[in-house]
Amino acid sequence: MKTFTTIVTLFLALAGFAAPDANEILDKVDQNLSSENRVMESTITIHGKRNSRTMTSRSYAVGNEKAFTEYLSPARDAGTKMLKLDDQLWIYSPGTDRTIQISGHMLRQSVMGSDLSYEDMMDDRKLTDMYDAKVLGEEQIDGRNAYLIELTAKTSDIAYHSQKMWVDAERFVPLKQEMYAKSGQLLKRLEMREVAKIGSRWFPKTMIYKDMLKQGDGTEYTVTKIEFDVEIPEYIFSKAALKQ
Amino acid sequence: MWLAIKLAYRNLIGAGLRTWLNVIVLSFSFVVIIWMKGIMVGWDHQAKTDMANWEIGAGQYWHENYDPYDPFTFSESHNEIPSQLESEIDKGTMTPMLIVQGTIYPQGRMQQVILKGIDPDQNVLKLPSAKLDTAITVLPAFIGQMMARTMKLDVGDRVMVRWRDAHGTFDATEIEIIDIFSSNVPAVESGQVYIPLQSLQQMTGLENRATIFTFSNEVMGRDAVAGLVLKSKSDLTKTVDDMIKTKNSGQSVFYFILILLAMLAIFDTQVLSIFRRQKEIGTYIALGYTRKQVVGLFTVEGAMHAIFAAIVAAAYGIPFLAWQAKIGLTMPVDTSEFGIAIAQTLFPVYSVGLIVTTTLIVLIVTSIVSYFPSRKIAKMNPTEALRGKIQ
Repeated sequence: MKTFTTIVTLFLALAGFAAPDANEILDKVDQNLSSENRVMESTITIHGKRNSRTMTSRSYAVGNEKAFTEYLSPARDAGTKMLKLDDQLWIYSPGTDRTIQISGHMLRQSVMGSDLSYEDMMDDRKLTDMYDAKVLGEEQIDGRNAYLIELTAKTSDIAYHSQKMWVDAERFVPLKQEMYAKSGQLLKRLEMREVAKIGSRWFPKTMIYKDMLKQGDGTEYTVTKIEFDVEIPEYIFSKAALKQ
Repeated sequence: MWLAIKLAYRNLIGAGLRTWLNVIVLSFSFVVIIWMKGIMVGWDHQAKTDMANWEIGAGQYWHENYDPYDPFTFSESHNEIPSQLESEIDKGTMTPMLIVQGTIYPQGRMQQVILKGIDPDQNVLKLPSAKLDTAITVLPAFIGQMMARTMKLDVGDRVMVRWRDAHGTFDATEIEIIDIFSSNVPAVESGQVYIPLQSLQQMTGLENRATIFTFSNEVMGRDAVAGLVLKSKSDLTKTVDDMIKTKNSGQSVFYFILILLAMLAIFDTQVLSIFRRQKEIGTYIALGYTRKQVVGLFTVEGAMHAIFAAIVAAAYGIPFLAWQAKIGLTMPVDTSEFGIAIAQTLFPVYSVGLIVTTTLIVLIVTSIVSYFPSRKIAKMNPTEALRGKIQ
């Protein structure tokens, strides 16, 4: 009996050593997803209850602080531009030829009718700064081994009280993410697909963002072209660039 | 003057059908104007009574940032319940309400709503808050009929509600519709879900805080409360006043057309009388009447149409107006979609002031219209008139 207990204790201890630290996993995820700067072309398909609509956009980003997005199609949305500088966001609408700043509670509105809010888009704090992370175990997601990480809010000014994240155990790319309300109700689900090797990093080319309380198939975000660490002219991140 | 009235009476009765046609047209104007004005007064009365019963009580204190037309202000519009108001709340003559923005998902459709926390024990408003005092496994809620119709919800339905707490963190739970009330006040029904105040305070982390305070006793010269703005009943019903004012000015065109038709008839009658009764005019003057007196006689004759009309209007108008006051005017379309405090059936209210004013206006206008053609008499040559020669 004593031997058995020793074996079990040893096994558990080894298992403990084998499971990587949650923060370590999140850091590796950050290395894959974050870059000094990037230029990206993407399509966003919003699946509604009755129909779907697709938009294409080109965006430039420097770290998590600066981002500029221009919508290219459809004709109705073409020319709409968004500029994010730290915690400020401006939108230029060609129809009205006006630039408006999205602030305060307007940040809680949906972006172009999608399942994403401006706030979801704007939150550039690191997950490890906002959440206490814990590895719950390993699971299979689409045939791949993934670490299941539980994130519990450690600050109060946060949209989702807790999250679950499945991170590919080999490539360190999130494969699935679930956002929960304080009551434990599942609110949103993010699924990442088509993980591809781009340069030295793994990157999910398709993300499906779904409001779990709402009917519809969510919002599909597909990266059609992405370049990391390229030179982006500084004028892109100015309000003047919105009207150009 | 008495003689003029006596003569005018005899002349009018003598004219027979011509007089009665004029009188009937004029009496019709009387009845319609009083009825329509009565409907407006009734609507004003009903709207303000319903608003007081369902929405505003005898007045309210609002948080200084609260703007009912801007839901984005709600998250910054709550105060700790002031100690000054506690005694009134304890007495039951005041009720606090917490208002926050939320989202409901009926049949998976996402709809923005206003979540209102109401005290289940309140008696200030007619809202069925007592029904919230129930023990069910999920959060009890009641909604208005208008909201139930647009969201396709029924009593017993369960629906997911999402909101954000004071720090902006999402939370969600299921609510059960335990009652659907029907008022004539869209402002309390449209896009609103009522849940127990204490539950909403706990859910949002806004313990002991409220957005508005509604009181049932209108006390003149209420004290100012820091952070709150006092809204009197007249401030809160200003929209109804403005709307009725607009409606009244729109209806004035209709009244004008009605009066114009009646006055045209009277004007024609007067012109015809003067034309046909030249011999009579000449005789009056020959008998010693001054021209002014003859003009007066004809004016009284014309104005007497209004008096006859008032009598005829009373004869058929009183039963009609009384019947209308009893059964009301039911709108042919669904009024709940109008977005204003209006009942499906409007009951007219007639005041003495309304009847006296309408009678006086018609009398004065008829007298003026009767006087103008009669002025021609003053220019007549009495000898020629006596001969009956057309002048």
